[in-house]
Amino acid sequence: MNKKAIAIKCAKAAFIGLVLLLLYAPILLLAVYSFLDTDVIGTSGDFSFVHYRALFTDSKVLTMIGNTFGLAFASAALSTVLGTLGALGIFYSKKRVKASMNAVSRIPIINAEIVTALALAITFVAFGLPKSYFTLLIGHMVICTPFVVLSVMPKLKQMDNSLYEAALDLGASPAKALFKVVLPQIIPGVISGFMLAITLSLDDYIVTFYTRPSGFETISTYVFSATTRGNAHTAATLSSFWALTTIIFVVILIVVISANLAGRRKDKTEVRR
Amino acid sequence: MAEHIIELQDVTKYYDDNLVIDHVNLYVNKGEFITFLGPSGCGKTTTLRMIAGFDLPTSGKILLSGKDISTLPPNRRPVNTVFQRYALFPHLNVFENVAFGLKCKRVMNTYRNDEGKEYTKKERLSKKEIAEKVERALELVDLEGFEKRSISTLSGGQQQRVAIARAIVNEPEILLLDEPLGALDLKMRKEMQIELKEMHKRLGITFIYVTHDQEEALTMSDTIVVMADGIVQQIGTPTDIYNEPANTFVADFIGESNIFNGTVVGERKVRFCGKIFDCVDDFERNEPVDVVVRPEDVIMCAPEKGALKGTVISVVFKGIHYEITVQVGKYEVVVQSTEYRKEGDVIGLNIGPDEIHLMKPKYTKNVFDGVITKHNTVEFADGEFECDVTQLYPGSHIDEEEYLVTAAGEKLDLTGTEVRVEVGLTDVTISDDENAGGTVGNIISIIYKGDHYRLIVRTEGEDEEDFVFATDDLWNENDRVSVIIPKEKIRLSLKHAEDKKK
Amino acid sequence: MRLRFSRKTLGIPYAIFLLFFVIIPMLVIIFYAFTDKEMHISFDNFVRFFSDPTKLSTIVYSLVIALITTAVCLLIAYPVAYILARSKMKKKFVILLLFVTPMWINFVLRVNAIRELLNWVGLLGEANYFNTIFGMVYDFLPFMILPLYTTLLKIDESLYEASADLGGNGFTTFTRITLPLSMPGIASGITMVFLPSMTNYVVSDMLGNSKVTIIGKFIYEYFGTNWHMGSMVALILLIVVFLSTWLTGGFKEENTVRGANI
Repeated sequence: MNKKAIAIKCAKAAFIGLVLLLLYAPILLLAVYSFLDTDVIGTSGDFSFVHYRALFTDSKVLTMIGNTFGLAFASAALSTVLGTLGALGIFYSKKRVKASMNAVSRIPIINAEIVTALALAITFVAFGLPKSYFTLLIGHMVICTPFVVLSVMPKLKQMDNSLYEAALDLGASPAKALFKVVLPQIIPGVISGFMLAITLSLDDYIVTFYTRPSGFETISTYVFSATTRGNAHTAATLSSFWALTTIIFVVILIVVISANLAGRRKDKTEVRR
Repeated sequence: MAEHIIELQDVTKYYDDNLVIDHVNLYVNKGEFITFLGPSGCGKTTTLRMIAGFDLPTSGKILLSGKDISTLPPNRRPVNTVFQRYALFPHLNVFENVAFGLKCKRVMNTYRNDEGKEYTKKERLSKKEIAEKVERALELVDLEGFEKRSISTLSGGQQQRVAIARAIVNEPEILLLDEPLGALDLKMRKEMQIELKEMHKRLGITFIYVTHDQEEALTMSDTIVVMADGIVQQIGTPTDIYNEPANTFVADFIGESNIFNGTVVGERKVRFCGKIFDCVDDFERNEPVDVVVRPEDVIMCAPEKGALKGTVISVVFKGIHYEITVQVGKYEVVVQSTEYRKEGDVIGLNIGPDEIHLMKPKYTKNVFDGVITKHNTVEFADGEFECDVTQLYPGSHIDEEEYLVTAAGEKLDLTGTEVRVEVGLTDVTISDDENAGGTVGNIISIIYKGDHYRLIVRTEGEDEEDFVFATDDLWNENDRVSVIIPKEKIRLSLKHAEDKKK
Repeated sequence: MRLRFSRKTLGIPYAIFLLFFVIIPMLVIIFYAFTDKEMHISFDNFVRFFSDPTKLSTIVYSLVIALITTAVCLLIAYPVAYILARSKMKKKFVILLLFVTPMWINFVLRVNAIRELLNWVGLLGEANYFNTIFGMVYDFLPFMILPLYTTLLKIDESLYEASADLGGNGFTTFTRITLPLSMPGIASGITMVFLPSMTNYVVSDMLGNSKVTIIGKFIYEYFGTNWHMGSMVALILLIVVFLSTWLTGGFKEENTVRGANI
C-alpha cells in the first residue's frame, strides 16, 4: 500500500474516533464522577461509592426505578403478543386490508411523539377515562406495538410459505401449524421486537408524562422534573443520577458485547457447516 | 509477431492470506479475442480485475503496450469493462448510462491564437459530440430509441446491450468482459455469442473475455487461457486446446474425455485398457502416462475387427449423437456416435493413432513435509498419522519407553525430527466419518479414468496440502472427508542428514 | 357452533387496538382543532395562532434550530456512514453498534449527561441556543447515521468500479453516483431528525435553561390551558409529518429505522 492510501486510512479512522469520543464524552464524564465524593463536576474528590449508596437508599428513587422497569416489561410483553398476532393477521390478509393496516400501524412510528401523546390524553378525557396505570400502559403500547409488527414482518416475508401448507398437508390443524411451524420461524423477530419495545418504553418521557396517573414517576419524568424545576431536590439527588447513568451504561455495554459475541459464535458454526 | 497489448509478468495476487493468482505469465496480442477459461475460483476474474485496475497485483507487473500500468487507477487506463451483473447505474437512464464515460472524458484540442501560434486546451466533449457517439453506440447494440428508458424497465438482454454500449462508446483499446452472458438464458446466450463475435470483428479492438463455459470459449475465442487454482494450465487456440490438452485437467474440463492410465511400451506404442496401441507421441520407455481419448474418436466396429472388445452397458440419446458406454474388461469406454447400439450388444472398438493423446501424469505420488511427534506418529498435511518410525533407521526397533533403538544400540528421541513423507497413489482411502482418518479435507477434483476415479482431496487448515489417489467409489466434489492411510503405507525418510546426530 | 379458524382473524385484536388508540385519537385531534370552547365549528384557533407575532417568531426560531440541527447531523453522519459502509473491515458492524449504543441509555438521563458536561465547561445558562442544538445533534445523530449507512451499504461495489472504469475520478463518482443513490437515506434521515428537533422539548427545556421554546413546547403549554389550540398545533405537525413521509415514500417502504434493524 502506498503512503497516500495509508494517510487516507488514518484520516478516516481519526474522524470516526473523534465523533465517537464526542459521543461518549458526557457519559464517561459522569461515569468518572459517579465514583468521587463530590457533588460538583469539575471539582476534585476522593474515590467513594457515596453516590451509589445515595441511589440505593433513597426510597423515592428506588420506587421510580421499579416503576420504570415494571412498566417496560408489562407494556413490552403485551405489545409483543398484540404485535405478533397483528403481524400474522396483516401478513395473511388480502391486499387492501394489508395496506391499510400497515399504513395505520405506521402512524405512531412516524408521528411526533408529542402529537401521539396529546391525542391520547385528550381522547382519554373526552371518553371519560381517568388517567390511571391502564391509560399509561395503553400509551406505551401505542408507541411499542408498531415496532414489534415491524420487526416480525420481515421474518414472515423470509419464511417459506409452503412450510405452513406442508404442515397442514401432514395433518396438523391450522392452529397447530401456526404454533409448531410458523412461530418457530418468526421467533427471532418476536424477540427483537420485544427487546425493542422494552428500550422504547424505558426511553420514553413524553407519552408517559401525558398519560400517567398523578404521583407515578419513571426515571424519565423524575430526572426531567429534578433538573428543570429543581423542586425540593438537592444537588445530592442530581449526583445520584450519575451513578444511575453509569450503571445503565455498563449494563448496556455488557448486553451489547455479549449479544455480539453470541452472534459471532453463531457465524462460526454456520461456516463450519 | 503481433504487438503484445497486455503482458502479465510473474503476477501473483493474495487476498488476505489466500493465494489466488500464482506467478502468472501471459501476453495478449493486439486485436485478438482471448478468453480466460476455468472453473469458479480459478483466478480468471481476479486476473481480469487486475487488468482493469480494480485489484492491484501483490507482486509482478502488468504492462500495457510495454508500459507498466500495475498501479495505475482504473479511471486512467484505456480499458473498459462489461461487468458480470452489468453494474448499470440505476438512477440514470439508458442515454445517461452510456454517456457517463464520455462526460468524464477530457480531450486535448489544438487551436491557433490571433498571432497564429498553436496552443492546446483540455476540454470536455460537447453535448452534440456526446449525443452523436451515444447514438452510434446504441445503434451498434440495436437499442436505437431506448435513450430515455430507465434501466429497471429493460430485460436482461437489453441491460446487457446497454452495458456493452456503455463500455465501447469510450473507444477503449481493450474491452474486458466478465462472464457477461452468465445471467442470460440459453437461447439469448447463443445469440449474444454471435453478436459479440461480430462486434469484435467490426470494432477491431482487443477483447478479453472471462467465462467458465467451455463451449462459449471454444465458439468465440482466438486464444484460450485455461486456468485452475490460480495457475495457467494451457494457452492455445481452441483447436489446440481441444485436440492437444496439456494435462488431464484440461482434457477433463474441455469437452468429454476418456482418461486412462497407460504405460509406454515401445517406440510410439502405448498400453492401456489391456491392449497395445500405436500412437504419435513419443515418451520414454516404461514411463507411466495419462492417455486421453475423445469419445467421438472411438470408432465402433464388429467385435472381431476391433482392437478392444466389449459389451454395451448404457445408451443415452443426446440429440445429435448417442453416448454409448462400453465395458471393456474392467474398463469403461465412452463412445459418441450417430449409430445406435443396443444395451448388451458385444462390439469392437478402434482408436486411430492420431486420436490417442499421451501426457505426462502430473501426479505419481504424494510427497509431504512432516514432523515426528513424541508418540512416534507423524504430523503432516494438517493432521497426524500413525507410522512406523523404525524405517528411518534400518534394523532399529522401539523400546518400551517409546525410544527408538538403532541397530547399533543407540537410543534416540525422535520428537521434532523433520521427515519427508511419501504416500502412493493407491494407498489412500477416504471416509465420510471425520474421525476415521488422520486429517480432514474437501474433495476438489474428480476425474474418471475408465476403471477408477482419481480424486484430489485438499486438507482444511494452514497447510492446505493435496492428496491425490485412486478410488473405485463414487464421491461428489466438495464432499468433506477424512483421509485414511494405513500405517505400513506411510514411507518416511530423513530430511536432513544432521538430524541423525540429535 | 365453532368459529372456523383463519389466520386473518389473528389480526383482529390489533385492528381494534389501532382503531381505538390511533385512529380515533387522530380524529379527536382534528375535531378539537376545528372547534371552540363551546364545541362549535370554528377556524378561530388557526387564525389566532398565526396572527400572534410572538408565536410566529418562536416558530421561525424553532424551524431554524431544527434546520441547523439537521444540517450538522447530516454533515457528521454522512462521512461516518460512508466510511463505515465502504470499509472492508470485518468488524465494522461493531463500530456502527458503538454509534448506536448511547441511544439505549434513557433519553432524559442522556440529556442530563450533556447538561452536566455543558455545566462543567461553563456553557449552561450562557449559550442556550448553542446548547439546545448541541444536545439535539448529540441525541439525534444515530437516527441520521443508520438510514444513511443502510442505503450506502446497498450500493453495489461494482457501481463504484464501473464509474472508475469509465474514467470517473473520486469526485465525479461521489457527486454522480454515491450522492444520488444515497438520496433515499438522506431523505429519511432528515425526516427522522428534523421532526424531533421541532417537537422534542425535553432537550430545549433541560439544556436551554427554559429560555428556548420550540413548537412542541406550545402543545405542552396549551395542554394546561386550551386543548383546542393545542390540537390545532398538533394537527399542523401531523400534516407536516404526513406530507414529508408521503414525499419521501416512507409509507411504502420499510425504511424507518430508529434502531429497529440493529
